[in-house]
Amino acid sequence: MRLALREVALGMRRAPLLGMLSVTTIAFSLFAFGLFSLVALNIREALRAVESQVEIRAFVADSTSVDDVGRAMEDVATYREVERVEYVSPDQALERARQDLGEFKDVFDSAFLPGSIDIRLRDGFRDPATVKSVADRLRAFPIIEDVRYGEEWVSKLHRIRTVATVAGVTLGLAFAAVAVIVIGATIRMAVLARGPEISIMRMVGATDSFIRRPFLIDGFLKGIAGGLLALLLTWLASVLITRTFIQTEFFDATLAASGVVGGALIGLLGSAFSVNRHLRLVR
Amino acid sequence: MIRFASVFKEYPRTGLALSDVSFTVQKGEFVFLTGPSGAGKSTILKLIYLDEFPSKGDVWIAGARSRQVKRREVPLLRRKLGVVFQDFRLLDDRTVEANVGFALEVTGVPRDRIPPKVSRLLTQVGLASKATAYPRELSGGEQQRVAIARALVNDPMVLVADEPTGNLDERATRSVFQLLRDINALGTAVIMATHDLDVVRRADLRVLEINRGQVAFDSADDSRAGTRDAS
Repeated sequence: MRLALREVALGMRRAPLLGMLSVTTIAFSLFAFGLFSLVALNIREALRAVESQVEIRAFVADSTSVDDVGRAMEDVATYREVERVEYVSPDQALERARQDLGEFKDVFDSAFLPGSIDIRLRDGFRDPATVKSVADRLRAFPIIEDVRYGEEWVSKLHRIRTVATVAGVTLGLAFAAVAVIVIGATIRMAVLARGPEISIMRMVGATDSFIRRPFLIDGFLKGIAGGLLALLLTWLASVLITRTFIQTEFFDATLAASGVVGGALIGLLGSAFSVNRHLRLVR
Repeated sequence: MIRFASVFKEYPRTGLALSDVSFTVQKGEFVFLTGPSGAGKSTILKLIYLDEFPSKGDVWIAGARSRQVKRREVPLLRRKLGVVFQDFRLLDDRTVEANVGFALEVTGVPRDRIPPKVSRLLTQVGLASKATAYPRELSGGEQQRVAIARALVNDPMVLVADEPTGNLDERATRSVFQLLRDINALGTAVIMATHDLDVVRRADLRVLEINRGQVAFDSADDSRAGTRDAS
């Protein structure tokens, strides 16, 4: 291992520009990925905030007794999707409408609005299919006249999130592939530059895994360096966006660390794919 | 120790390089491999150090049969051989002792055992005083001595030398050849491919002449035949 690390250091000293080129390219590939992830993260955070406001409102028939409403609420509260059930009386509905529509508050009177059971769903159960399924079950109650939950709005939110996730994963994979190719190309140059050593190593009986080791360590370290640089650039971009445009969330420690680990893995994979192929070129 | 049994070697682009080559090299022998350029000498050496494998026939190296040797076993077999080339193949950016030590390091010799071994080898090849010099500061003969020291790091059973004096003047040639004789005297077999017929004639050692990919003459057969005739 000591010799392998020394060979890595020697390689960096001999061809510092090549080493810097590798780290910078990996960094920029991961930076692009990081920026997109940052956008995706912020879209997701924003969606989560909006989504947490998704409520199902089940309007209760006028003549319903308080006991019947209470029994229905107890039933609904047992659904595993439901976080909170709340009764809004016609008076409270009027008050709420007046607050929401301040300048038209005089046009409402108490007989105008029905009472309702407002239901908030648990996190993870706010997708369109679940919301619809809960709404359908509510419609089956005889005391419920109508159920509203902003069907279109819920589906739209989810479509945006799906698009953001698919685009993020696709671009992420594309950038990872670019990084692997770049590392592969730099490893090819490094293998050819170290041709004489490799040839001698083979001649005196060094094993293939021994010959490969410095290149794998090299790719791994460059991946980590590229990952750290990308993290720094992404953080700077996030600070800049927060200062000039809009408040943004940055990756938490786990996500940031997995970015660097991802860089290291990309470096290692790129090296592994390339080194096996190109070592054959050296006799 | 080394046996070629009806060996054929064909390259996809250049065609047949060796045709029905058979010979044996015994432990501690010194064999000259002679013949014109392109005769197949280097192919024979490559087959010995397992850089190539026969298209047909068998090569036996230290008890291992070429067709049964797995790829991962090649490095371990190579440690039983030492290889020297005409162009020395030294690492220009490392000192003489680093060049020799490098070969020990990459074969996993413990670090504390490397300096004494390098020192012993450099003394053996007469370069103890040049340990810290770089290859460019040495003459051709001295560079070839470093390459020989490096080839000896694993205490090989056989030293394979491909035109080791091809780039040297007469004096350096004599000195390198004498070094190979000294190494042979200590029990290491030497197989030396050469064009230099003067060296061959003066030495009175076994000669294996290769021509057009075949063994044209083997002095061992000749002497054996002579022995038979005499009896």
